Amino acid sequence: MSLIPDVGGSGPATEDDSAPPARIRPPPPEVTTLPPDAAMPTPPPVSLDSPGAVPASWTHRHLLDLERLSPEEIGLLLDTAASFKEATHGCRRKLSVLGGRTICNLFFENSTRTKTSFSLAARRLGADVVDFSASGSSLSKGESFIDTAKNLEAMGIDAVVVRHSTPGTPHLLAQHLGVGIINAGDGPHEHPTQGLLDIFSIRERLGDLAGVTVGLVGDIAHSRTARSNIHGLLKLGARVIVCGPPTLVSPRWRELGVEVSHDLDAIVPVCDVLNLLRIQFERQNTRPFPSVREYAHLYAMTAERMQRARPGLLILAPGPINRGVEVSAEVADCPQSLILDQVANGLAVRMAVLWLVCGPRAEGATTINHGDGRGI
Amino acid sequence: MATLLIRGGRVIDPAQDIDRIADLRIVDGRITGIGPGDTGAARAEETIDAAGMIVTPGLIDMHVHLREPGREEDETIASGTKAALAGGFTSVACIPNTEPPIDTQAAVEFIHQKAARADTCNVFVVACVSRNREGKELAEIGQLVEAGAVAFSDDGAPVSDAELMRRALEYCSMFGKPILAHEEVLELSRGGVMNEGIVSLLLGLGGMPAAAEEVMIGRDTALAESTGGRLHVMHVSTAGGVALVRAAKARGVRVTAEACPHHFTLTDESLRTFDANCKMSPPLRTAADVEAIIAGIADGTIDCIATDHAPHAREKKMLELDRAPFGILGLETAIGLSVTRLIVPGHLGWSRLVEAMSTLPARILGIDRGTLRQGSPADVTVIDPDRTWKVDVGTFRSKSINSPFHGWTLRGRAVATIVGGRVKYRLPGV
Repeated sequence: MSLIPDVGGSGPATEDDSAPPARIRPPPPEVTTLPPDAAMPTPPPVSLDSPGAVPASWTHRHLLDLERLSPEEIGLLLDTAASFKEATHGCRRKLSVLGGRTICNLFFENSTRTKTSFSLAARRLGADVVDFSASGSSLSKGESFIDTAKNLEAMGIDAVVVRHSTPGTPHLLAQHLGVGIINAGDGPHEHPTQGLLDIFSIRERLGDLAGVTVGLVGDIAHSRTARSNIHGLLKLGARVIVCGPPTLVSPRWRELGVEVSHDLDAIVPVCDVLNLLRIQFERQNTRPFPSVREYAHLYAMTAERMQRARPGLLILAPGPINRGVEVSAEVADCPQSLILDQVANGLAVRMAVLWLVCGPRAEGATTINHGDGRGI
Repeated sequence: MATLLIRGGRVIDPAQDIDRIADLRIVDGRITGIGPGDTGAARAEETIDAAGMIVTPGLIDMHVHLREPGREEDETIASGTKAALAGGFTSVACIPNTEPPIDTQAAVEFIHQKAARADTCNVFVVACVSRNREGKELAEIGQLVEAGAVAFSDDGAPVSDAELMRRALEYCSMFGKPILAHEEVLELSRGGVMNEGIVSLLLGLGGMPAAAEEVMIGRDTALAESTGGRLHVMHVSTAGGVALVRAAKARGVRVTAEACPHHFTLTDESLRTFDANCKMSPPLRTAADVEAIIAGIADGTIDCIATDHAPHAREKKMLELDRAPFGILGLETAIGLSVTRLIVPGHLGWSRLVEAMSTLPARILGIDRGTLRQGSPADVTVIDPDRTWKVDVGTFRSKSINSPFHGWTLRGRAVATIVGGRVKYRLPGV
């Protein structure tokens, strides 16, 4: 893996300067001049006029989790994402609002879609992207992750998008580094951009989340997507039901105001949205159910179960999906399935997050380093 | 004739039921008398003015990891015992999870010699229950007793074979030595980083359920009951564990127990900072558990306070939470935390605290310490009960700095530590 040495260069680097090895090819650099406010939802949550500044109401230096965000801040993120989606004509065109900034993907755990999505989002905003993956790096030579990240920081990057198998790793980086940290998934803890894009996709179809009933089905115990969804949905007033066997769905979730069910058939008729989560075999000590066959029998969303659902029930799945385990092929491909919308919306949400974390701050704007864990 | 006079302090010796303002006189390393008047201040070579201070039998920490041999980058016998002195401890019992473990006479002798060379506080050796701490066959317990081992423990590699544990309790009973048990069913806490509860659920961190500790306390108290062996439950951390010990004591089981200052001070909420200095085993539990621990200390269910002083070099704790090792420092904050958390809010009186930190540890280990009785070795701790101070790991005598209490303001601190009649530590500026 080669790192790009010219990250501190003046002015926006050209596309190819920062392109990581061929895997991710951005579309032709078709830099648009931003339309005026007229093209945006009213009231425009963010002015995308270059050189607009990040709204003063966004005080975070990082995006570490959704648990610490207020409902207003989550609203701002979603509204910003909507603005970007519109301004980029559905995430297809390129802006230059992060020109000259360099984003580093620091992935200690494998990922294709999240990394690709972050890379594309950064390029759509005109930022340069460098990739750093743990395999073949100095980590395998015994370097600590903090030292690795400090090295990248010293190369002049502006933000680190980090994925790691251990909860809290982004929070520790936020304590040790002086750049913006974006959590792209920390073990089973949180995956804030996934939570945001799920909520964004629901909001696009159903509008206000208040009163909407969302069922999260599957491996809640090991799912960072579940945690980010739970925090975000509860803050926006949704009703949340988690569903799965007791070995994966602890009754303790009730302490947060989440409803707990072990019976999918009982919750299907009352849900407006079902988010079907993958079984994370790789994070389990002992198998939490007797067989995949039995699990699928009890918890797979099938066409047969769809018949007992409310008309218009929306189906989400964060992917990668396992057809035949948590969702049948018919359901995954049905008209109410938002699975591909989620992927597209992921770009919009990540553009919003990157811009809020690395975008220009207004004169005198203050930021709080919530990475110390004691903030809020 | 070397004489030391500690004047005008509040002398507390639960073993003699003494709690009064008095002078304490030491001659040639032995206590020669308590009481005003006949102490002959004029004849003392050295005098400590203890007005406003508490004068106690030297404190004993029966659960300390000195790391030597094998992990000298974390702590050595010299550095760890200096930390003990600064914390007001005149004796420590060192736990045998070293590399190699303390399971031979030679290893016990090594500790004794290193401690003698360090010439700091007394070091009593806890030796392994099983050979190489593998839980397969008993170590040569009789030989180890002859070498001076005061108790037996496999520490964090708890004896999982119930039959071996039963044999160990039976066998040790002929020497009158206790087994110090780290109570944990490893299968239940596998992959765990913190207490299993709502906080671990929220943080997505692997949980160590209270049941992992309680199942093992249940097993071992039953085995102690059936064998008549002596069981000492290390670092009780759960309300259920306190209840199990209380019930066993009520049945007449020969069981004693200890609690650590961090377990009566912090809860699993501390992990929200993802600070590896809040990672220890057993883990920080909930507020209800903290309350039960404090009640257990107050009513004597938990006999004593021990620190589980567990130094780890800085770089080892600067890792991801699941890779960082378990354990925190304890020696230099024990008095401050005990006074601040137990005495100041009125949970404990001073006499009970001294009993928990000196009298009972001495009794459990069967050592000639823990009292100011005439003729006893002159181990004495002088404590300023009202001194407020800020914890600064930069000033610690320990080689490591892994304390979650850095920056805390505590009340109560040792101002002088006297071992065998010699003043081994004085708080600078006092």
